[in-house]
Amino acid sequence: MNVSLNVNGQQRTLSTDPQRPLLEVLREEFQLTGTKYGCGEGQCGACTVLVDGRRLLSCVTPVSRVDGKTITTIEGLAQGDALHPVQEAFLAEGAIHCGYCTPGMVLSTVALLKEKPNPTDADIQSGLAGQLCRCCGYPKILKAVHHAAEQLRK
Amino acid sequence: MTSFAPFGIAPVDVESMEPMRFSFGFSRRGFVQTLGAGLMIAAGPLPALAQRSGGRTGGRGQTVAARLHLGKDGTITVLTGKIEMGQGARAELSQAAAEELRVPVDRIRMIMGDTSQVPDDGITAGSRTTPGTVPPVRQAAATARNLLIDLACQRWSVDRNTVEVRDGLITHATTQKKLTYADLADAEEVAKAFAQAVPSDVSLTPVKEWKVLGTSVPRPNQRDLVIGAHQFPSDISRPGMLYGKVLRPPAYGAKLISIDLAPAKAMKDVIALQDGQFVGVAAPTTHLARQALDAIAATAKWETAPHPSSKEIFDYLKEHVQSRNDLKNPFEADLAKAAKVLKQTYRVPYVQHAPLETRVAVAEWADGKLTVWTCTQNPFGYQGELARTFRLANDKVRVLVPDFGSGYGGKHTGEAAIEAARLAQAAARPVIVKWTRTEEFTWAYFRPAAVIEIEAGLDDKGGLKIWHFVNLNAGGSGVDTPYRIPQARSRALSSNSPLRQGSYRALASTGSNFARECFMDELAAAAGVDPLEFRLAHLENPRLRAVLEEAAKRFGWTERSRKQSPNAGVGLACGTEKGSFVAACVDVARDPDTGDIRVRQVCEVFECGAILNPNNLLSQVQSCIVMGLGPALREQMEFENGRMLNASFGKYRVPRFKDLPELDIHLLNRPDLPSAGGGETPLIALAPAIANAVFHATGKAVHELPIRWPA
Repeated sequence: MNVSLNVNGQQRTLSTDPQRPLLEVLREEFQLTGTKYGCGEGQCGACTVLVDGRRLLSCVTPVSRVDGKTITTIEGLAQGDALHPVQEAFLAEGAIHCGYCTPGMVLSTVALLKEKPNPTDADIQSGLAGQLCRCCGYPKILKAVHHAAEQLRK
Repeated sequence: MTSFAPFGIAPVDVESMEPMRFSFGFSRRGFVQTLGAGLMIAAGPLPALAQRSGGRTGGRGQTVAARLHLGKDGTITVLTGKIEMGQGARAELSQAAAEELRVPVDRIRMIMGDTSQVPDDGITAGSRTTPGTVPPVRQAAATARNLLIDLACQRWSVDRNTVEVRDGLITHATTQKKLTYADLADAEEVAKAFAQAVPSDVSLTPVKEWKVLGTSVPRPNQRDLVIGAHQFPSDISRPGMLYGKVLRPPAYGAKLISIDLAPAKAMKDVIALQDGQFVGVAAPTTHLARQALDAIAATAKWETAPHPSSKEIFDYLKEHVQSRNDLKNPFEADLAKAAKVLKQTYRVPYVQHAPLETRVAVAEWADGKLTVWTCTQNPFGYQGELARTFRLANDKVRVLVPDFGSGYGGKHTGEAAIEAARLAQAAARPVIVKWTRTEEFTWAYFRPAAVIEIEAGLDDKGGLKIWHFVNLNAGGSGVDTPYRIPQARSRALSSNSPLRQGSYRALASTGSNFARECFMDELAAAAGVDPLEFRLAHLENPRLRAVLEEAAKRFGWTERSRKQSPNAGVGLACGTEKGSFVAACVDVARDPDTGDIRVRQVCEVFECGAILNPNNLLSQVQSCIVMGLGPALREQMEFENGRMLNASFGKYRVPRFKDLPELDIHLLNRPDLPSAGGGETPLIALAPAIANAVFHATGKAVHELPIRWPA
């Protein structure tokens, strides 16, 4: 089928199997490799993208399900050279080990802070429960999310 | 089945791995037996991989140019065979070079893990980058600085003692003449000078004068990571590249009898290949490759073989111990005279590393040469593995290792690259093979399961006098006791592991320290002494005493351990491994609804000599503690009839955000001592401290990982 997507502000159309995972379309058709494969079953959050501002696990989403939607991947979050405050916060707190979970973690944080601009530790821990950091860098990620929340409230 | 050689080499130098063996049509291997389709396992000793020359010798005899390049624009490039997977080597080695060259750290560019460009610094494992590679990088950088100063002095015809160098600028004090490294970079003399060997006696900057080392330099490429621009090995794409998939057996030990490739070959643009037990497909998209593989997998006929289950694994390992006589306690006669004798058996299951980036490799053939982009902790070992498999000279294989998505000791072997290379050969195009999560859980090597038996004797004053310790199957690291015991013997014995096994963060010391430190609490109870006092009474090592005493003080051990509650407890444990020292105190509670153990607080003190990068070290310690919660509380591979029963993140539950306890971490800096690595040892105190806290609350000692609250 023909699928039409707006990805990071750019209109894209492609003809593909409707069952193909969005993750693979982003990576293999559009070379947007910031979105990662971690498990293929929606358990780790490495493949998180934003669809109309909300979190979506692209590894378990057939591309046909997002036909006509607006998708933001990690590559589309910064405005030119100006990073999103969540990206800045992750840098400021050094909340990165291997960095493989980082794109999903950052996008998930962006969505979380829209819902909860003033989150408690518990809000962050449950809000990011679906995001796996195998390096277990959660302590600094927690700080980064608070840091970002503070910047976004300003 | 594989056999497993005893670990006879000093544990600090040893990493273990059990490579998959491939038997393609063009190779003739003598000692292989079938494990299953796509992979063959060699019978014979497990290769216990010592640090190769570069790592072990610290790069002595190497030229400056082999380690360091000065570009015409003054850019300084440092070359290393170490890799970056999140542990911080890129920052740390940049700091090492910047310190000695007297330049800001952002002037350093690192090339890591590209076998065609860098020296072989050995495997990135065993906490060896800090003690093994930082020194040669510093020596090369210090030598380069001296050579550049010499060149400036020659140009100015001035005495060496009259110039100084700061921020990469060489200045003659009296005339105020100045030369940058870039000014000198053009000179032919530099090339000539850098061809010299690095003298091993070159003097290095003393710790008290450090300006870059000892500071919290962030990861140099972290901006690329937050914007999704960094190319992990999974993200490499080559012109015309196909996506490959490999057929896996339905179970360990299964042998492929027949398969029909026609359904895959009928698909447009798909190639399918069978070479002995190896079967794979490659297609223009992952989606199509998966469909092609599914289509032929449905036609495959297999012959299965018996395989022990995870329920019977401990009996199996004990039955298959390779030197049964060594299980015997040599102190039996003396034990008979001891006031109290305690004996206990501990069990540690197989666990999986589960790095978030699964095994992946892109392979490309051109002019008889093979180039591979992959994630491995062992680029030169991988190069050798590929060369042997494809019967090439080592210099016909280039392995490139972009910074990748973690390893934890689990990425020493080259199976994905061999698979990609075989498919690329058949397709005559580059091929990427990326393992699925299920493949990673099932076919990557595991942290060994272990049976640990300890027997000890106390005298009538509660003194620990006799100690006999055997770790069966998991290897030698952390086997020796740090406590002062007059009669002590500690050993690692090999068994016959039915699963492919190898290194893990802190390797066997995770299990050995768990068993030893749990047993110390049982002995303390038998002696009627507080666990902290009991340890201190038998501990001479001042560095281990220091972390233990500091952790106990910060946690408020003496006061908190006096309180008794049936559903909550405190515990402590300590340990030393790879030249560093750790102690942890924890507070745990039983969740009244689920019965699960909740670790509420961890206070950990860690010491690894002079700290090179405090923030990075803190990240490593935090990582070890939180990661360590997994095998302590939940992680264990379950298998039956050769099938993994929990090969997914849904069933094999690694630590998540909600598991995060309150952390009080103290890094004890010892600028007077050489720096040791810090990415492993902080893990080893956690599980026994939790077990001891459960013992403290319930009065029932823990003997198994993962730890359960006793019924």
